[in-house]
Amino acid sequence: MKNTIAERIADFLKRFPPFDLLRKSQLLEISKQVKITYMEKGQVIYHQNDTLHNHFYIIHKGAVSLLKALESNKNEVLDKFDEGDVFGLRPLFAKENYAITAKTAEECILYAIPIDIFRPMAEKNKSIGNYLIESFASNTENPFTKEHHVQFFSDAEIILNPTDNHFELQPVNYIKKIVTAKPSSKIKTIAKTMSKKNIGSIIIEDDGKPIGIVTDKDIRNKVATGLHTISEPVTNIMVSPVLCYPKNITIAQAQITMLKHRIGHLCITEDGTPNTKIIGLASEHDMIVMKGTNPSVLMKAIKRSNTTKDLKRIREKIMVLLNGYIMQNIPLTHTNKIIFELNDATIKRVIERCLVKMKQDPPVSFAWMSLGSQGRKEQLLHTDQDNAIIFENVPEDKLEDTRAYFLKLAKKVNKRLNTIGFDYCPADMMAKNPNWCLSLDEWKAQFTKWTTNTGNDELLLCNIFFDFDISYGDSRLTNALANHVLDITKNNTIFIAKLAANALSNASPLGFFRQFLVEPNGEHKDQFDLKKRALMPIVDAGRVLALSYQIKNINNTAERFEKLADIFPQNKELYLGCSYAFKAILKFRTKHGLINNDNGRFIKLEELTKEEKMKLKRCFKTISHVQEFIKIRFNISTLL
Amino acid sequence: MFNWFKKRTKQFTLPEFWNDYENSFSPDTHKDLKTARFVVLDTETTGFSYSKDRILCIGAVEILNYEIQIAHSFETYIKQERFNEKTVEIHGIIKNERLKTVTEYEAIEKFLEYLGNAIIVAHHAKFDVTMINKMLERHGFPHLKNKILDTVHLYNATRIKTNFNRQEELSLDNIADKYLLDVSDRHTAAGDALITALVFLKTTTILKNKKGITLKTLFKV
Repeated sequence: MKNTIAERIADFLKRFPPFDLLRKSQLLEISKQVKITYMEKGQVIYHQNDTLHNHFYIIHKGAVSLLKALESNKNEVLDKFDEGDVFGLRPLFAKENYAITAKTAEECILYAIPIDIFRPMAEKNKSIGNYLIESFASNTENPFTKEHHVQFFSDAEIILNPTDNHFELQPVNYIKKIVTAKPSSKIKTIAKTMSKKNIGSIIIEDDGKPIGIVTDKDIRNKVATGLHTISEPVTNIMVSPVLCYPKNITIAQAQITMLKHRIGHLCITEDGTPNTKIIGLASEHDMIVMKGTNPSVLMKAIKRSNTTKDLKRIREKIMVLLNGYIMQNIPLTHTNKIIFELNDATIKRVIERCLVKMKQDPPVSFAWMSLGSQGRKEQLLHTDQDNAIIFENVPEDKLEDTRAYFLKLAKKVNKRLNTIGFDYCPADMMAKNPNWCLSLDEWKAQFTKWTTNTGNDELLLCNIFFDFDISYGDSRLTNALANHVLDITKNNTIFIAKLAANALSNASPLGFFRQFLVEPNGEHKDQFDLKKRALMPIVDAGRVLALSYQIKNINNTAERFEKLADIFPQNKELYLGCSYAFKAILKFRTKHGLINNDNGRFIKLEELTKEEKMKLKRCFKTISHVQEFIKIRFNISTLL
Repeated sequence: MFNWFKKRTKQFTLPEFWNDYENSFSPDTHKDLKTARFVVLDTETTGFSYSKDRILCIGAVEILNYEIQIAHSFETYIKQERFNEKTVEIHGIIKNERLKTVTEYEAIEKFLEYLGNAIIVAHHAKFDVTMINKMLERHGFPHLKNKILDTVHLYNATRIKTNFNRQEELSLDNIADKYLLDVSDRHTAAGDALITALVFLKTTTILKNKKGITLKTLFKV
C-alpha cells in the first residue's frame, strides 16, 4: 500500500545522521512506526530519573533543552538541540533511567521513533554503531573509552577495527618469552646460551629491568675481532641503554624507529622506559615476516635520497599516505606519530645533506630546533616552517664568525625545506634569521628577557618558541635550554598568569545559541577559522598548564593533557577530554585540508555535515571548560 | 423519490461491516482529549459538486494519546468509472506510480473499518464529510455517525476577532504557513491530513491552555 506520509517522514529523516546511514527500505520501515507529537514551549518530554520511554526523539521543528537538576532546586542547561537532532537514545541503549531532563525550549514538533525497530538496525550496521558511540559521548567529557563501547552494545558485536587495511598500524607482535642474562655473566656463557636457543640477541637484565642488549653483531665486532676476550663480563660489550617502548607501539612506528637508530630490536617494557620491567622483545626480522611496507619504505627512501627533488616526491607520497590514514579513520595518535617521524626524517636528511654541501664541519656543536606545530609534533599538512638554531657557547671574538657559518647553513636548509613543501614562515621565524640563530647563552638571555618583561609581542613569541623540539644535532644544548626555561618560569607567577590570560584571549568558537562564530570580514568572511578559534585555544591551554606544572620534554598538546591527567587524577576527565578534543579537531582540520588541498584552516560551514558540526560543537564545549578552569586556576579575572 | 426508495430497499441488506461500525458507538466513548481517538482526514475529489464529482483518494491519520500515530494511517485510491479531464493529474499519479486502486464499495468497507467510532477532524470538514456521505448514499448506506470537528473553527477560536483579520483566508495553506508548518506535502490527501492533524494538535493545545477548553466544550467553539 502506498504510504505518502511515511515517505515524507523518511525524506526528512534521511537528511540527518544516523538515519542517513540506513537503507531506503529500513528508513521507510522506521518512518511507518513514527509517532508525531506537538509540544508547546516549556513542556517536559521526560524528567530526570523517569523510567524509559519506548522510543527516542528527533526534532522536526523547534528546540529542546537538556537539563540537569542541581541541588539548589535549579536546573543547569547542559545542551540545546534543534532541528534534526536526536535525543533520548543513549539511555535506551544503556538501559538506565533518564539521567537528564528534556524540556522544549521552543514550540516543537517531535518525531518519536520506537527503539525496538531501530535497535536491531543500529546493532547490525557498523557505521551507525560508530556514529552513536560518538554522539552518545556528547554527555561525557571523554567519550571514546572502551567502557562506553561495551556499555552501549552489551553484545559487544561491533568492534572498531579500522586498521584492517593498514597492517602497519597494528601493534607489534613481540616475543614474550625472552631469553635474558645477568650483567655479571661472562661473554662465553651468553654466547653459549644464544647458540643453544638459536637466537640472535639477548637482553641483559637486572631485577627485571633492561640494562643492555647483546646481539650477534656485538660478538662479531667486539669479541671475534679480539677487542674483548670471552671471559670478560658481558657488560663490556653490551649496548646500553636499550631503546624501550610500551607494548602498544605500532609496527610502523617500531619499523621507522629501528631504521632511524639503525637497530634491529626494540625492548618492550611495562611503561615504555628502561625503568620498568621487560615484558617482551620486538625484532625487525619478525616484523618483516609480518609484512607491512609503506611508511618504512618511505623512511628508507628518505634516508637514501640525494636530491631535494627526491625528497619533494617522497613528501607527496607521504601526503597520499596521510590521506589514506585520515580517510580510513585511523586513530590520530598513530597517524600523527608516523607523519611526524617522516617529517622529522625529512628535515634531518635535508640538514645532513646541507652539512655536506657546506664542505666544512661546523665550528662547534649545534642543534636544529623545530618550533610551533612541528615542535609539538602536530604537523600533518604542509604548514609554515618555524625553526631556529642553537649552538654551543663560543668566546666573544668567535661569536659572529660562528653565527655566520650557521646562518649560511640555515639558509640552505630553509630554502630546501621550502622547495620540498614546508613554506617559508611569513613572520621570518626561521633559523636563517640572525635573531633566531643564537648561542646557548644568547638563547637563555632571550628567554629570560621574554619572561621578565612580558608584553603582547613577547607572549606571541613565547607561544611559538616555548614549543621547541630538537630535530637534528646535539640534544645537550636543547636540554640545557629546556632546563633554563623551567628555572625561569618556576616561580614566575606573573609571567604564567600573563600566559594564561593570553591563552584565554582567543575568541570562543561558539555563540550563545550554539551557532558557529564566523569571520566578520576579510578574505575568509563568513568562514570558520578552525585554527584561531578551536586549535589555538587548546594548544595555548596545554602549554600554560604544562609550563605551570613544570612538565618537561613533552611538547605535544595531546600528550601534555594526558600527562596532566596522569598527575592530577582529580581533573582526569577534563584533561583527557582536552586531549581527545585536540586530536579530533586536528584530524578534522587535516581532513578538510586534504579535501580542499589547502592547510584546512578556514572552513565553509555549509560544507559541513550535521555529524561534523555536532562533533565540533562537542569539542568546543571541552575548550570552554578548560578555559573556565584556567581562569580560576590562575585567577585571571584580576588581569583581564 | 427514486433515491429514497433505493435507500429503503437496500437497508435490509446492509453488510456485516456496517453493523460493526454502527455498533461501535456508545454514549461515552470519548472522555477527554488525552484518551480520545481522532481520525484526521482529507479527500481529493474530481471537483466541488456534491452530486457530480467523486472522491479520488482518502487519506487519514490517527491521533491517540494526543500523538499522531503514523503506524495507523490510512490511504486509499479509488478507481474511477468515468474519465474526467479534471482528474487527469491524479490519474497520472496513479498510473505512473502504479498505485493500487479499489472500487468505491471496497473503499467504504476499508474506511469504515478504520474509522470506527473515532472523532472525525478535517479542514473545512463539511466538504469532506458530505463527499463521503454522498459516496455512502450511492451504495445504499446511511450517513456517517461520527462526531465531527473542523480545524477551521478551531483555528478561528484561537484568534482574537478584530477588524484587521476579519478577511483572513482560512485555507489550510494559509494556516500551515502561519504555523510555520512544512507544506511540501500539500495536495495529496494523506499529506493534507497530516498537516491538518498538526493544526489540530496546535489549535487544541492553545484552546486548552488559554480558554480551559475540554473535549466536551470543543464541539461548541
